[in-house]
Amino acid sequence: MTLPPAAPPAPPVTDPPAPQTPGPPRPPARRRRHRGTVRAVLKHVWLIALAMTMIYPLIWLVVSSFKPTDTIFRNMSIIPDEVTLANYTNGWHAFADPFSTFLWNSVFIAFWAIVGNLLTCSLAAYGFARTRFRGRGIMFAVMLLTLMLPFQVTVVPQYIVFKELGWVNTVLPLIVPKFLATDAFFVFLMVQFIRGLPRELDEAARIDGAGHFRTYYRIILPLMTPALAATAIFTFIWTWNDFFTQLLYLTSLDKKTAAVALNMYLDASSTSDYGAMFAMSVISLAPLFFVFLFGQRWLIRGIATTGIK
Amino acid sequence: MSALGELRTLARGRPKGPPGLRSRKPRNEWVGYLFLTPWMVGILGITVIPMLASLYLSFTDYRLTRRRSPRFIGLDNYERMFTDANWLDAVGVTLRYVVFSVPLQLAVALGLALLLDRGLRGLPFYRSVFYLPSLLGGSVAVAILWKQVFGYEGLFNAFTGLFGVAPKGWVSSPDTALWTLILLHIWTFGAPMIIFLAGLRQIPRMYYEAAEVDGAGRWRQFRSITLPLLSPIIFFNLVLQVIGAFQSFTQAYVISGGAGLPANSTLFYSLYLYQQGFGSFQMGYASAMAWVLLLTIAAVTGLFFATSRFWVFYED
Repeated sequence: MTLPPAAPPAPPVTDPPAPQTPGPPRPPARRRRHRGTVRAVLKHVWLIALAMTMIYPLIWLVVSSFKPTDTIFRNMSIIPDEVTLANYTNGWHAFADPFSTFLWNSVFIAFWAIVGNLLTCSLAAYGFARTRFRGRGIMFAVMLLTLMLPFQVTVVPQYIVFKELGWVNTVLPLIVPKFLATDAFFVFLMVQFIRGLPRELDEAARIDGAGHFRTYYRIILPLMTPALAATAIFTFIWTWNDFFTQLLYLTSLDKKTAAVALNMYLDASSTSDYGAMFAMSVISLAPLFFVFLFGQRWLIRGIATTGIK
Repeated sequence: MSALGELRTLARGRPKGPPGLRSRKPRNEWVGYLFLTPWMVGILGITVIPMLASLYLSFTDYRLTRRRSPRFIGLDNYERMFTDANWLDAVGVTLRYVVFSVPLQLAVALGLALLLDRGLRGLPFYRSVFYLPSLLGGSVAVAILWKQVFGYEGLFNAFTGLFGVAPKGWVSSPDTALWTLILLHIWTFGAPMIIFLAGLRQIPRMYYEAAEVDGAGRWRQFRSITLPLLSPIIFFNLVLQVIGAFQSFTQAYVISGGAGLPANSTLFYSLYLYQQGFGSFQMGYASAMAWVLLLTIAAVTGLFFATSRFWVFYED
């Protein structure tokens, strides 16, 4: 049993669930329906309680960020006695560089990572899905194997090389690999998608005299928007949440990203300004939340078809 | 087909390469290499060559700070690990984390997927709410939040305090610090839940109808229909989650201030590797550690694949 490819003909994941099949009528019908309703209500009560428990820490974070910092741990309720923006102004200017610098650095890296992934992963995917050449099977298998490769096994030599190139404390070690189709997950996602597109389209283009690059650019690329959207969204989330590589390569304060800077609020002192830390946490989670609100459809489809986290 | 399913087919050598053009006459299209140029540069420059370099470095004494070329020392780095108390701690912590966090998270994900599957109203709402933590869970911000929630003065103690439970510093106590990280992983069950939901939808309804006619109860249906038909997806999730869990870094780094505190109880393998490789710049030792990690992951994955025919049900 396999998951369907993320092709347009596949049913959208947001479909309402299949209606319950009306089984053979079994008396007494009314009591059964009544029991079914009670059970459904109980289920909802339980699910809502669970959902609330899961989300509560996040709500607490947001509410606390508006409380005066010395009251955060004194009053845990999510109804603040007093609302203040002081945490936001304090947090924004907690370091020599304002928080906007860190946000901008994160945005900059995420933007180029997205461009790189969209461009080179789609090229590689087209190559794998639509052209025939010697060694394709092996290369495809290697690509799939890199999905399972722990990054630790390459990071030390990479660091040494980037250091020799003078790239440490620049964004290049974070961006250049994205232009080399190193995120195999997206190559795979796109290969799956292209395989689901009817081949007749390519052949029609071929008859009209289009070569592979023209077919890629004019036919396949416009048709694979859903896969491109999923790639862009996931690249954004992963880059935004990335910590290891950013911690490793970005050393001076003005180069740091939101994730790395946020960690400095913890390091800063033992008597941390919790309010400021919470406020900046909220700010750094906000872009993810908006992506969640507006990109959910692509996200859920992407996860369901490839098992991306 | 999932990435793992694909690998499985490739390994069995049935269809050569990605299916599609197989029936056409064999021809070498040079343009294919052009499409794959960036990928080929990447696989060589970013993956394969660094891997080999790392293997070489693992047999050397190489400290970036000393500006001296690597000195070959044979298996010393590997031997050193087994007498390094911190390394042994890191292995123990990581194994415990993998063994507890992955199955627990998948069990919760599967349970909720089953609960949500059967024509429940409000499915999109629940799916969104349960998915949100998966999206945010990898961030530094959530790790910071977690540290506060499970701190001595934190939200969790405020909650348990309502039931008269004495407060406890969950993050600062060596017995429980790892469990807060395991809980954080379980909290992000939304992504596998969505994969399970998609898988459940693929199971034909008529199997259940037939089972019902035969008088099979809910549990029997789950055991005999749902579980076998879902097993490839469970397998896929399990393998990928285990691989991911072995490499966990961010949460432990943030919560423990980069040190694996308290008392090495959150010293994840990756964290210790980072300390050795980029804290004290012992790059030979760090490379050896990375190769042990790779071999461990390969062995565990291999074990999963080898045993899969006993518990993973493939319809083909």
